[in-house]
Amino acid sequence: MCCGTLLGRFVAGVRSEQLRVRLSAMDWMALSPEEWTAVKLSLRVAVVATLFSLPFGIAIAMALARGRIWGQSLLNGLVLMPLILPPVVTGYLLLIVFGRKGPVGAFLADHFGIVFSFRWTGAALACGVMSFPLLVRAIRLSIEAVDARLEQAASTLGANRAWVFLTVTLPLIAPGIIAGMILCFAKAMGEFGATITFVSNIPGETQTLPSAIYTFTQVPGGDAGALRLTLVSVVISMLALLASELMARSASRRLDIE
Amino acid sequence: MTLAIDIRHRLGSFLLDAHFKASSGLIALFGRSGSGKSSIVNVIAGLIRPDEGRVVIDGVPLVDTARGVFVPPHRRRIGYVFQEGRLFPHLTVRQNLLYGHWFTPPAQRSDGFEGVLDLLGIEGLLERRPGRLSGGEKQRVAIGRALLANPRLLLMDEPLAALDEARKAEILPYIERLREQSRVPIVYVSHSMAEVVRLASSIVLLADGKVAAAGAVSEVMHRLDLFPLTGQGEAGAVVEAVVERHDEHFGLTELRSRGGVWRLPRLNADVGTRLRLRVRARDVMLARSAPADVSALNVLPGVVADMRAGDGPVVDIRLDCNGDALVARLTRYSVERLGLALGAPVHALVKSVALDRRSMSGPFQNATGADAEADEA
Repeated sequence: MCCGTLLGRFVAGVRSEQLRVRLSAMDWMALSPEEWTAVKLSLRVAVVATLFSLPFGIAIAMALARGRIWGQSLLNGLVLMPLILPPVVTGYLLLIVFGRKGPVGAFLADHFGIVFSFRWTGAALACGVMSFPLLVRAIRLSIEAVDARLEQAASTLGANRAWVFLTVTLPLIAPGIIAGMILCFAKAMGEFGATITFVSNIPGETQTLPSAIYTFTQVPGGDAGALRLTLVSVVISMLALLASELMARSASRRLDIE
Repeated sequence: MTLAIDIRHRLGSFLLDAHFKASSGLIALFGRSGSGKSSIVNVIAGLIRPDEGRVVIDGVPLVDTARGVFVPPHRRRIGYVFQEGRLFPHLTVRQNLLYGHWFTPPAQRSDGFEGVLDLLGIEGLLERRPGRLSGGEKQRVAIGRALLANPRLLLMDEPLAALDEARKAEILPYIERLREQSRVPIVYVSHSMAEVVRLASSIVLLADGKVAAAGAVSEVMHRLDLFPLTGQGEAGAVVEAVVERHDEHFGLTELRSRGGVWRLPRLNADVGTRLRLRVRARDVMLARSAPADVSALNVLPGVVADMRAGDGPVVDIRLDCNGDALVARLTRYSVERLGLALGAPVHALVKSVALDRRSMSGPFQNATGADAEADEA
């Protein structure tokens, strides 16, 4: 509340009634250190979830859009699952599989020292799993929009499959990748159900923005805090949307699409 | 270069069963749409893996299903100019041109960047993006891009089909220069007789996925039995001739072929240039005796070498004019009235203005090019 007291002293010196009203409104808006922690944790969780999902997202989108592999519809169903399942169910499944005693969780903890349960890394995993369908879908659609005949042309010019992907496919799907990443990031910022089920709601460790808002609504007098974090949520989401819009526009200008 | 193809491939209910050999120059794959032309070039490029058969270039197999050989497209060093250009939209013209160059091992790289720019007239386009090019410019860049990968064979799949007549006329001279100046053999897919006559050294005629005939253009073109395949309206013969002199007073050009002298409206070609004349069967008249007082400037004596009744009232007649083949299309009534029979001496009359200027080719250095052969299938 130190910012608040400073502002209060400053405000006391100001005569204008109007200004005082406005500044006291800003006073009300200042975030407490706990709230800041929740915002920063959420940003970190969302960024890590997005970046780690990306390579898997591109690979699976390629497999779904282009591959003729066995079990393609099974893979598709598996990827889309978190979109349809109740988030609590996804969180619980994560707890069973990636928990300290779960098969994968125990293996990772014993061999690599990676622990998910009740850590922010677990929150990132939950957010990543929950937003994965959105990432894959956006990238898959952009891959399907790429003219495969351009890739054939590249192969007749001597490029092997890896080079075709890097020099033709990837640049052409860049707008889709950016759109998918922003969707993924926004979804990860807002993920609640799976996160709280998997890694609980520990302030400073796993209490993300939505968990913090939820906590505020559960205690008397928490309305102000809940509202402040809600505003932060709205602003971040708006910025993400704006960024995606701008990047999509510059990408299409670069591609000179008629 | 020798190219040997012997493939069988099923695409739905369509069966491709093609078998031919060809060597250098410009080899035209000619046939109606759906005859399997594009499938054959896709097999040569490696974009289609045939069910069965072999594709061999200079003795090296690219495909041999019996021995499990399949060289992937990026290792074949075969240039491909597609009907729609297929330039990379995210790269500039310069980057498009150098794309294949970059993937070519240094020892096999061509250092002819300037030469290719000059050959195709695309110096001014280098910094543009494909989206800002006209259809003709796109195709020229696509040809340059394929050439700069230094291919051992260039495939062109109807490179002019998507262009209007003006753009076609703009590009044809570049393809002629390419044929004359670069040593790269070309396999050229087309369903336009005018293009084939103008460009090809040899022709492979396809029908329903099979090779109907193959050989030098002038030999394949006058075969009466092939007219149903080459298109009735376009049926005609190809005569190779040399520019002898220009008559500036009347605005005419005189050419000499084995059969005699041809007079045409003034051509923009030097004396001594070898040209191909395409004489459509419907433009040829026949007379039993040497006609006097006739306006047609081209009168060539010959004998009837072959006759074939077509649909309805017409008869196609092949003449031998001292080694040149000409084809005339007459009604059965005229044939009877003139009493035409095999061996009958006649005079062929062709109006100068009827000669097809669109298929008139530029300089032809290896005009005979009789190096495609049809193996008996």
